[in-house]
Amino acid sequence: MNLLSIFVFIPMLMLFGLWLSRNIKQIRAVMVTGASALLISAVVLTIAYLNARHNGATGEMLFQADIPWFPALHVHYSVGVDGISVAMLLLSSIIVLTGTFASWRLQPLTKEYFLWFTLLSAGVFGFFISTDLFTMFMFYEVALIPMYLLIGVWGSGKKEYAAMKLTLMLMGGSAFLLIGILGIYYGSGGTTMNLLEIAKLHNIPIAQQRIWFPLTFLGFGVLGALFPFHTWSPDGHASAPTAVSMLHAGVLMKLGGYGCFRIAMYLMPEAAQELGWIFLILTGISVVYGAFSACVQTDLKYINAYSSVSHCGLVLFAILMMNQTACTGAVLQMLSHGLMTALFFALIGMIYGRTHTRDVRELSGLMKIMPFLSVCYVIAGLANLGLPGLSGFIAEMTIFNGAFQHPDVFHRTWTIIACTSIVITAVYILRLVGKILYGTCTNKHHLTLTDATWDERTAVIILIVCVAGLGLAPLWISNMIGDSVSPLVAIFN
Amino acid sequence: MDYSQFFVLKEELSLIAVIVILFIADLFFCPDAHKEGGKTHLNTMLPVILLVIHTLITIVPGPVAEAFGGMYHNGPIQSIVKSILSIGTLIVFLMAHEWLRRPDTIIKQGEFYILTLSTLLGMYFMISAGHFLMFFIGLETASVPMAALVAFDKYRHHSAEAGAKYILTALFSSGLLLYGISMIYGTVGTLYFNDIPAHISGNAMQIMAFVFFFAGMGFKISLVPFHLWTADVYEGAPSTVTAYLSVVSKGSAAFVLMTVLIKVFAPMVAQWQEVLYWVIIASITLANLFALRQENLKRLMAFSSISQAGYIMLGVISGTSQGMASLVYYILIYLFANLAVFTVITIIALRSQRFTLEEYNGLYTTNPKLAFLMTLSLFSLAGIPPFAGFFSKFFIFAAAFHSGFHLLVFIALVNTVLSLYYYLKIVKAMYINKSEDPIVSFRSDNYTRASLVICTFGIIALSFVSIIYQYIDKFSFGL
Repeated sequence: MNLLSIFVFIPMLMLFGLWLSRNIKQIRAVMVTGASALLISAVVLTIAYLNARHNGATGEMLFQADIPWFPALHVHYSVGVDGISVAMLLLSSIIVLTGTFASWRLQPLTKEYFLWFTLLSAGVFGFFISTDLFTMFMFYEVALIPMYLLIGVWGSGKKEYAAMKLTLMLMGGSAFLLIGILGIYYGSGGTTMNLLEIAKLHNIPIAQQRIWFPLTFLGFGVLGALFPFHTWSPDGHASAPTAVSMLHAGVLMKLGGYGCFRIAMYLMPEAAQELGWIFLILTGISVVYGAFSACVQTDLKYINAYSSVSHCGLVLFAILMMNQTACTGAVLQMLSHGLMTALFFALIGMIYGRTHTRDVRELSGLMKIMPFLSVCYVIAGLANLGLPGLSGFIAEMTIFNGAFQHPDVFHRTWTIIACTSIVITAVYILRLVGKILYGTCTNKHHLTLTDATWDERTAVIILIVCVAGLGLAPLWISNMIGDSVSPLVAIFN
Repeated sequence: MDYSQFFVLKEELSLIAVIVILFIADLFFCPDAHKEGGKTHLNTMLPVILLVIHTLITIVPGPVAEAFGGMYHNGPIQSIVKSILSIGTLIVFLMAHEWLRRPDTIIKQGEFYILTLSTLLGMYFMISAGHFLMFFIGLETASVPMAALVAFDKYRHHSAEAGAKYILTALFSSGLLLYGISMIYGTVGTLYFNDIPAHISGNAMQIMAFVFFFAGMGFKISLVPFHLWTADVYEGAPSTVTAYLSVVSKGSAAFVLMTVLIKVFAPMVAQWQEVLYWVIIASITLANLFALRQENLKRLMAFSSISQAGYIMLGVISGTSQGMASLVYYILIYLFANLAVFTVITIIALRSQRFTLEEYNGLYTTNPKLAFLMTLSLFSLAGIPPFAGFFSKFFIFAAAFHSGFHLLVFIALVNTVLSLYYYLKIVKAMYINKSEDPIVSFRSDNYTRASLVICTFGIIALSFVSIIYQYIDKFSFGL
């Protein structure tokens, strides 16, 4: 079997195992085994990929496989990875494993929860390995729908409203996307659904590109929290259970950026150059508006959700700059944001599990009560505001560096506007840390709380190691990404 | 006379054999209604086994052939559709088992089978018609027994009322249809499908004829604006009959509409595409908007079926062989998904007399398996992968898109989001809402389970197995 199909095959096995399991121990065993197997496969894949590149493999995608599925419509199950997808697979497997630990003690209906959780991850993995438009879209939708039940059943707060809003908005986005995909397929002559071949054909008429590009970009952009279609994100993330917030903000929102880059921009480069400015304005607004909104929130999860809007906006912003450095930065930002936002949501979930409140005004002095969680929270915050040595700095530095390389005034102006988000981020992160972690604890009930348990520590430590690792030794991964970004960007020159 | 041409009718003949056997069996084994504890011997097993054999006969495609001097046409694609309808009827029989066990229906279960199969026979002739007379006979054979089925629970006020409504609208639509056919005869002087296109020029009279014809078919398929009977009849009729009506009857009529439009009205393609265009938009959008506010699950499914009919018409409007393949595939998958939903509705209605959305609250806590299967089928109806409904929706959108109906596909796609809302409302009731008095936990009978297993298998398997789509695609034809 193809090395890549393992990423779809393992979740299927996990689903089967979960279906058979009878008690919580078996469920946990299946989840941990499966998630670790995924992580190991991702690491093996990364090594194999780097090795193959080192040995001179020059194909745009490696480990390709292609099985005809519905030949009448040229639908194939075709897979392949380049540096970008490898990085995304690595990220996803880390988040799935840590997400499993973060929902270690989840009650009730544990089995059903993990079933939907695994289905969601199957969709995510499938999306990142596919090179066929149809298969990709199918996995994309597979990843969306479990969110409804995950939030609706196991969420908190106004979960029903949030779940419905999130599902309908994302499905609305995928309606745009589907018409865009059909447009690309028939626009390129209706002979292939494989995106590499469509890119090679490069024959979608510009008049059609002008219609399909905005639709496709918007379709993916909804998931990437593009302003003004980001409103599902704060509600959805705030209501979701911890692991789902982690997976959703950490991985699922990256599907949007990845799709915009790989499908919308790559397949319709002329329209991207012509109409990119519209989306650049929108993403610029996302970046700044998200950061400002985070400043005035009082719910920990809302703060982080708006911060995600801002950071994911930066991903789309960088992609639209259409040059090597900025696009590499975009992928790095996807990685970095995925890790640190997962860390954030995990910590918020752990704090909420103890204090039963996420309201900033009711929390204070947690550093003395739960030092481990608090220190980790500070680290996550520092990564978020882009402290050198942690992952956020590498990504944002690369993005702004690349963005400013763009010669014309319009792009530079927006770069400067987007840059302000760094300062605003520092404002809300530092204020938040100061308010809830330091000072004296005013709530007597909180004094009796305990620090993290072993499963929580496992999840948090894995994530912190990754965040710091990416920040301290970014070169290997940024080279891997950069090599794969260049053929995608070359099309714009 | 050459009797060998009867072999062309193998599907119809085998179905007639099934009907006759059941009729005789019913005579001998009829339970004595007046005697206490009079046991019935006409087990559900008998019709089910006969129908399985019949389906196997049908599934083997015959060659393209004619009989009765061109009155009757048959070909592989017709055989495929017939076997799909036969599978649908089989599932309906399975889910009818429990309902037919009740004291007031047990004495007439033979009638149920025979009436249902008679309508199926009518649909078979309608599908294979090569002449408008044959077509009309088939259509009437399919509608009249249907009215009796709708009024099957005759002591229940709603059922009788629905029966009356159905027969009136069916007659009215048949009248319209007949008027249309007579106009065609008036302008071209023949009723053979093969001979008509040469004389069709799209003059005013023929457009009029088409409009009447289409209106008549629109009633059968329940397209907006000919849909007004649907919700009342679906709600009033026994659930199993509603299931049959919404899937088998609708599916056959949709396929027939496509073949007639392609074969007979081919020269008027621009006109009928124009009509269909607006009808599709109206059907999908209005039905979805109405469905949003329904509280009764059967009414909700009625509006859902109207909007599904609109989606099915996307295959018709393209008029290509790709369109036909996706239409047949859509019907097949819609059949499994919708019948699964109705199986759950039926068994719950029988065991606990609950019909409304609110009464489904907390179903997952008491009957997790039923709720889970219902969720799968609703997701399939909404077109969510990895279930088969996603594939059939994608193919039908691709077919319409390929023929240039970009805006139409876009409207249809936006509507899938609307429809997702009300499907999710059911899911929400079952999983999320809490209830003081949930539906009590029960064990379904084996026939209901068999029906659910077949449907679920269809919903899941048809998405991954592409052979069936290719098989349909191979035999489809277009303009």
